[in-house]
Amino acid sequence: MSFMQEHLPALQVVLPLVAASLCALFRVGYLSWLITLSSSILSFLVAVFLLLRVLEQGIISYEIGGWSPPFGIEYRVDLINAFVLLIVSCVSAVIVPYTQKSISARFGSTEQSWFYCMYLLVLTGLLGVTITGDAFNIFVFLEISSLASYALIAMGRDRRGLTAAYQYLIMGTIGATFIVIGIGLLWAMTGTLNLYDLASRLPEIKSSRPVLAALAFLTVGVSLKLALFPLHLWLPNAYAYGPSVASAFLAGTATKVSIYLLLRFFFTIFGGATFFTETPLPEILKILALIAMFAASIVAIFQSNIKRMLAYSSVAQIGFIILGISYATETSLTGAMTHMFNHAIMKAGLFLLLGAIMFRLGSVKIEELSGIGRKMPLTMAGFVILGLSLIGAPGTAGFISKWYLGLGALEQGEWWILVLIVSASLLTMIYIGRVVEVAYFREPTDEVVQLKEAPLEMLWPAYLLIAAAIYFGFDTSFSADLARQAAVLLVNAVY
Amino acid sequence: MIEFPPGLILIFGAILVPILKGYVRLVWTLILPLFAFLVILSLPNGNLFSLNAFGQELQLMRVDQLSRLFSYVFLLASFIGGIYSFHLRDSIEAPASLIYGGASVGAVFCGDLLSLFVFWEITAIASVFLILARKTARARSSAIRYLIIQIGSGMLLFAGLTIRWHQTGNIDFGHIGLDSPGGLLIFLAFGIKCAFPLLHSWLVDAYPEATVTGTVILSIFTTKLAIYVLARGFAGTEELIWIGAIMASFPIFYAILENDLRRVLSYSLINQLGFMVVAIGIGTEMALNGAAAHAFTHIIYKALLLMSVGALLYRTGTSLGSQLGGLFKSMPLTAGFCMIGAASISAFPFFSGFVSKAIILSAVAHEGYFVTWLVLLFASAGTLHYVGIKIPYFAFFSSQPGIKVKEAPINMLIAMALAAALCIFIGVYPSLLYDLLPYPINYVPYTASHILSQSLLLLFSASAFIILLRKGIYPKQLNSTHLDVDWFYRKPGRDLIRYIFIMTSSFYNHLGSNLIDRFERFVYQLYRHHGPHGVLARTWPTGSMVLWVAVLLVAYLLFYFI
Repeated sequence: MSFMQEHLPALQVVLPLVAASLCALFRVGYLSWLITLSSSILSFLVAVFLLLRVLEQGIISYEIGGWSPPFGIEYRVDLINAFVLLIVSCVSAVIVPYTQKSISARFGSTEQSWFYCMYLLVLTGLLGVTITGDAFNIFVFLEISSLASYALIAMGRDRRGLTAAYQYLIMGTIGATFIVIGIGLLWAMTGTLNLYDLASRLPEIKSSRPVLAALAFLTVGVSLKLALFPLHLWLPNAYAYGPSVASAFLAGTATKVSIYLLLRFFFTIFGGATFFTETPLPEILKILALIAMFAASIVAIFQSNIKRMLAYSSVAQIGFIILGISYATETSLTGAMTHMFNHAIMKAGLFLLLGAIMFRLGSVKIEELSGIGRKMPLTMAGFVILGLSLIGAPGTAGFISKWYLGLGALEQGEWWILVLIVSASLLTMIYIGRVVEVAYFREPTDEVVQLKEAPLEMLWPAYLLIAAAIYFGFDTSFSADLARQAAVLLVNAVY
Repeated sequence: MIEFPPGLILIFGAILVPILKGYVRLVWTLILPLFAFLVILSLPNGNLFSLNAFGQELQLMRVDQLSRLFSYVFLLASFIGGIYSFHLRDSIEAPASLIYGGASVGAVFCGDLLSLFVFWEITAIASVFLILARKTARARSSAIRYLIIQIGSGMLLFAGLTIRWHQTGNIDFGHIGLDSPGGLLIFLAFGIKCAFPLLHSWLVDAYPEATVTGTVILSIFTTKLAIYVLARGFAGTEELIWIGAIMASFPIFYAILENDLRRVLSYSLINQLGFMVVAIGIGTEMALNGAAAHAFTHIIYKALLLMSVGALLYRTGTSLGSQLGGLFKSMPLTAGFCMIGAASISAFPFFSGFVSKAIILSAVAHEGYFVTWLVLLFASAGTLHYVGIKIPYFAFFSSQPGIKVKEAPINMLIAMALAAALCIFIGVYPSLLYDLLPYPINYVPYTASHILSQSLLLLFSASAFIILLRKGIYPKQLNSTHLDVDWFYRKPGRDLIRYIFIMTSSFYNHLGSNLIDRFERFVYQLYRHHGPHGVLARTWPTGSMVLWVAVLLVAYLLFYFI
């Protein structure tokens, strides 16, 4: 047991990686699903154990292959990435039970295996990016997850998924290249790739030109990956035309991991809130975040494809998170990290429910959904609850994070930001309300009349997330308190 | 020993009712009050169950003689009501009645104002379903008025208790009195439920619109709960004597004119409440005994009367005096029970009303309130007049072309028989009731002078009725509407709202046409940029995306270097 405990950080990444290769070897759909399911759940358990150990005994440092840092690769788990690991593995573990029904309906046995293989590789990459303490390792895992996610997107039902995947590929590669250029510049200046070694050396040379150039490359690269306005253009199509499961998974996890990278680079490595506020970055981020909150929400209002609507909504919600980061205070970072967690739950749940509608109806065009609330009551009821949470209604998780974000703005005396947060939430209400109006207050069309409720195995994972969205609206001892502890670490650049 | 409020037995038991059918449901609805009764019987006196919430200790089981008496009669009435509504097949009325009864029993045992408020609101919400279940448009709008007023009463209670809480730091439900603003608000809240004059209109508006069984159930709980809380909180408040005297007398005129027999009985309900309110206002031990005893007997005979009129409504489809008559032949048993109820409410010797009303009149006389005593005497005479004689006469004996109907259903007959038996039994053996009263009593109702004076009064009143009827002076039973204070909110109130609505909407139209124009143009602009084909939502060529990346990179580099 102690052996297992000691190697938990490695297991976190190795488990899904090995499982992915097993799927590629066996190529039997159902078996691959079972492998994916068990490895996802195990990863989740590993993440839980890691978090518990971090809470108990502080930072865990793990030397890959016994090479001690800063020469070898170090896996380093502190509260910040333990929190993100938990988000990623949890969303994954909830989604996998759902996939079987929707994937087996569309693909043959071999293709299913490839789907699961790609899925697990995305998971591996995301967990790897989060857990590793090595800058180059970050790039490697980022590429693993990105390449696999291009393949996932391309497996969508819609032919436009191919173009979307292609654009995603180009933009993702540029982002990764920028990140690697940034890392390279830092390496050239300091001679180390270990994040924490970097952190100790950078303060002396932080205003030298190459380091600033590295910062610029990293900023743009990460902004691309996390789809910050105006670099979000790849995201709507990718989420809209990929398979629902992939949309749910990526919306819940991929952007969150990129946000984690942003936090890691700017706060832990470059020296906490003091450095961050010296740069012009907070102002730029704040403006871009506000534009994202409004522009993307208004675009979402006019969308007719609900998946695309939710994709734009993701861009807007990322705006909320970045807004919180731009203040760089304890409260606002708490809000940002809580919103990361809550948005992962809500968006994954919404995409799962849309997937259930897609599964039954074959379309998620808003005008074809009229009266669907009567035929798929559970699905739509779930949609309404998660929608309320997305709006930020009190009693749901979304309220908690927006509360902290607003509080963060108030602490800086910027009450008008609070007004903007509330107005952006009202825009959310409009686009969610549009779906509710069509689904409940219109007469069912002929296609809708023949619908049955979504199958149980698609509903219960979504309902787990719905329950979480309500639960974390009342009990914030897990989400917000943990986020606050992580925020303290970030602000003070503790590593 | 059961460690939770007995009212909850009924409330939680009610959840099962909709899924039960037929006799199982009957047995279940009868077992619940019976079980709750046995539980209360086994309880000692004292504060038995408390709950910590909101930094206050909530007393949910204050058991003493007064709360016992009211809980017994509520459960008894629930039991009889359960039998009476056996024929119902819908799944709303029966559970609503049980929850309503359970909440009333729960409220009776509350030792603090906060938990009282909770049960207070449950009774309001549960009871409105009994009106809605009639499923007519009139019942619906009446139910909404009823609900608004009941919830309003709850809000007043809540406001009052918050002020008290703030001022005194505790929310115990003992004697409250009128000497503080909080007490005044609570008094008003109780007054609404007790149908004080000018606050009474919800009762005569809503009760006659409820279903056959609904009216019976409604007549039992809300108002008597109000009597109970008044006796707890405002015993000896002198104002109540005058309020009660007015309550006892003014409904008589309405009741004489009214044609709908169930509305007549609703007015008579207020008149009977008047007696109890007077007794609470006097506040001596004897008077409070009288109020409690009268509440007990009144619940039973009023339910009996409403059950018999309900049976008529059930069989003939109407409860209008002008359309009924001559039903004695076809519904002899119902007629008999109705007359027992009528005798009780008119306080004939050896019927239950006599033994309870006599205590109140003696207490009034004993404390020397001569005018009040006269008013109550007049009210007693009136009661015989418009209920004791009018109801049986117009329902069963007047010479209308007889309608041929069947006797009431067997379950209704059993329920009425039970209630009728109780009326007579209490009338003959008053000591059974007297033993339950909150204060020790040695009162002998059957003295020669009592019986004689009451008989004379009844004789006088009966002959007045006969003479008036013979001479044709007695107002004709017409199908008409009699204005009551609810006119003020039903007519001018509605007109006012309509007027405000028209004014504001024309204002908006004026302002709006301009604004809407602008808004439409604004949305069009938004759509042009954000709509599916707008610049922000379009699928961009990959090249221009990359251009953006380059622009941003340059921008960041510039910013960082500066």
